[in-house]
Amino acid sequence: MADLRSTIAGIRSPNPFWLASAPPTDKLTNVVRAFQAGWGGVVWKTLGEDPPVVNVSSRYGAHLDNERKLIGLNNIELISDRPLEVNLQEIIQVKRDWPDRAMVVSLMARIEEEAWAGLARRIAATGAVDGLELNLGCPHGMCERGMGSAIGQVPEMVEQVTRWVKNATNLPVIVKLTPNITNILWSAEAAKRGGADAVSLINTVNSIVAVDLDAMAPTPVVDGKGSHGGYCGPAVKPIALNMVAEIARNPDTAGLPVSGIGGVTNWRDAAEFLALGATNVQVCTAAMTFGFKIVEDMISGLSNWMDDKGYANLDQLSGRAVRNVVNWNDLNMNFSTKAVIDPALCIDCGRCHIVCEDTSHQAIRIDQGEGRRIFTVVNEECVGCNLCSHVCPVPDCITMQPEENGLPPMTWPNDPRNPMRAAAAE
Amino acid sequence: MTLNADIPASPYADLTPPLTAVQALAESNRCLFCYDAACVRACPTGIDIPSFIRSIATGNLKGAATTILSDNIMGGTCARVCPTETLCEQACVRNTAEERPVAIGRLQRHATDHLFARKGPHPFARAASTGKRVAVVGAGPAGLSCAHRLATLGHEVTVYEAKPKSGGLNEYGLAPYKMADDFAQREVAFILEIGGITIEHGRRLGADLSLETLRAEFDAVFLGVGLGGNNLLNIPGEERDGVENATAFIERVRQATPDAPVAVGRSVVVIGGGNTAIDAAIQAKRLGAEDVTLVYRRGRGQMGATAWEQELAQTNGVVLKTFAAPVAIDAQGITLERTRLEDGKLVSTGERYSLPAAMILKAVGQTLAREALDGLTIAGGKIVIDDDHRASLDTVYAGGDCVASGEDLTVQSVQDGKLAALAIHRHLTA
Repeated sequence: MADLRSTIAGIRSPNPFWLASAPPTDKLTNVVRAFQAGWGGVVWKTLGEDPPVVNVSSRYGAHLDNERKLIGLNNIELISDRPLEVNLQEIIQVKRDWPDRAMVVSLMARIEEEAWAGLARRIAATGAVDGLELNLGCPHGMCERGMGSAIGQVPEMVEQVTRWVKNATNLPVIVKLTPNITNILWSAEAAKRGGADAVSLINTVNSIVAVDLDAMAPTPVVDGKGSHGGYCGPAVKPIALNMVAEIARNPDTAGLPVSGIGGVTNWRDAAEFLALGATNVQVCTAAMTFGFKIVEDMISGLSNWMDDKGYANLDQLSGRAVRNVVNWNDLNMNFSTKAVIDPALCIDCGRCHIVCEDTSHQAIRIDQGEGRRIFTVVNEECVGCNLCSHVCPVPDCITMQPEENGLPPMTWPNDPRNPMRAAAAE
Repeated sequence: MTLNADIPASPYADLTPPLTAVQALAESNRCLFCYDAACVRACPTGIDIPSFIRSIATGNLKGAATTILSDNIMGGTCARVCPTETLCEQACVRNTAEERPVAIGRLQRHATDHLFARKGPHPFARAASTGKRVAVVGAGPAGLSCAHRLATLGHEVTVYEAKPKSGGLNEYGLAPYKMADDFAQREVAFILEIGGITIEHGRRLGADLSLETLRAEFDAVFLGVGLGGNNLLNIPGEERDGVENATAFIERVRQATPDAPVAVGRSVVVIGGGNTAIDAAIQAKRLGAEDVTLVYRRGRGQMGATAWEQELAQTNGVVLKTFAAPVAIDAQGITLERTRLEDGKLVSTGERYSLPAAMILKAVGQTLAREALDGLTIAGGKIVIDDDHRASLDTVYAGGDCVASGEDLTVQSVQDGKLAALAIHRHLTA
């Protein structure tokens, strides 16, 4: 059995699956249920200064596919709407009952040192908290009050707030980054300069998730109106993976621990975040879609896969794919791969043909076989784009097979076809 | 899907219930939206199946129904009665990997039921009047399909129908468990909504109507007369009370009302191996017969009824006896002779046995009633037509069960009527 014990910024947990700061970690009842289910830790839903915020009725919108599978969730909920002291007392009790689980508390305040430092000190004073997470990312509501993403979008403020909180307590500080920026490295580097022990990302993506075509308003609809909200769930995973990888392979931020967030729905998603440099992962939408029990398969799936691959612990896995994330200019121009269709697995749906014919390279030929069509890749036309293999409904029916061409690796900067190279040579 | 034979069910209730919205959503999402799809090629009317199923999945039910009905105006009936297991669903590529096709027939019903339930405008509009007049003989699937297409193209159509109701076999020949809730009449009303179609009931070719007169009075004539006659067993006792053609039995059942259902005997024997035999047997069982036995002189593999229909009969409590040829009928029941196949030929073994039967239903094939078809070339018991559905007399076209265009199925008749209408239109507007 692979060792799934995890440590990030000195914070230990029995497994790398934490619940992110969000509705599932809003209060004792939920968090206890999560720990009973097996979650390794939680980031308690963001605490602010009293008086607590007031939330609106109707808070979530969903991006559903045709089968009503939830592929994205959007929320316009604010931070914890319960008094600070109530939250702190519950945190103390949960930590007393579940000492082996990571208890990190998210906080958010005005852009004033005493607001951040005072809140951090009150949380630290519980003695029940393993770390703090700075919410610099909510793209709705709080940002209109100068908080959340209004801070996270300004690198100087990220650095300043991080430093304030670092100076206020001895607790590890995780800075949660917003994806609603042009370059994630600016805010990651700012967090590091401010003394962050780790960063977590991504917070939610600013979004209008859907329009209610009867109400003619964005969803969720609040008395006929809607607002932009924070988008999360499986659909944002690709955005998160890229940002995690950018931080992991950037020399200035390499080594800064990352807690990966964004659409983690199963163990495979978690393994991908870890491979790109994350130390652990945080989950919200998957739990809000299926309940807490999904952590069982996350744990056993990751463990079984690590056993199969020979990874004894998370350190051996973390960051294993980072060196293979490169710029386009570092790709091998001489590499060639072609689609190959296995006629034994083909069910004769024709989708590979029509997408290649209509939208790509006209590289899949149809021949009439006995009672069925035979689809064959025309190698001369195939550019190895993969589209056919992605639309094929049968696993492994269309595979991409690299072509031996005997050519040495060559990047675009060295490619004779590159006009800039020719210009540089002159 | 099928009812347990032990559970008494209304003989007039749907045997295959409509899909719920949730089922339709799940099932429509199983469709792969194949390119040049095999299911479309397998449908005699060429319904664009992937497109209508995609419309169901996106919540565009009216669009789905319009797609179906534009190729097959009786898409509602076909959704209920087509042997999809040998047509579209047999061709579905989901069979290959999963051995379970998309439930195309039930999805088609989901879409068409939606259109029929709403009180919206008719999805099709008539073209400007051409001033041409066409006579259609027979208000069955072929005739109504032809009439509808002609009317849509701007022609004036008069339909002559011998029976008091329109719909042909949809009304008189299909078991009520397939066509619950008076669907045939609702569909006829929908078809007539297009306008330009007049139906005269009680008008039978050969009685008060002659082909010659029709040819003289109309620009073209379409014959969709079906198969009016029934084959005989030619065995002693065939004329006894309690012996009836299965088609006549189904017609009586269909025209009875649920509060006064047709009485059936305690033990019923149905003779034949086609879908009519299956319909009659299941219907007899559902009407309360204690024992229903379907006897067929050949094996299961030679039956006209599909394997699915055979299984349906069995799960509804019908006993199938194969290699049993009827030899005589008497007051107690029927005497059968065991047969077997020898080099593909049916031979008798000489061994006989009897089954008690209070009611014997014959479903051994139907024949063309030739009396009023003077002047038309007939071969193999069918009206001979060319590729344009033209019969051997000028301006006379034919389609449906009375021609040899394909299998004797509702869907084939609808296609015949549609193609004949297009040919007539080309002829009239040339």
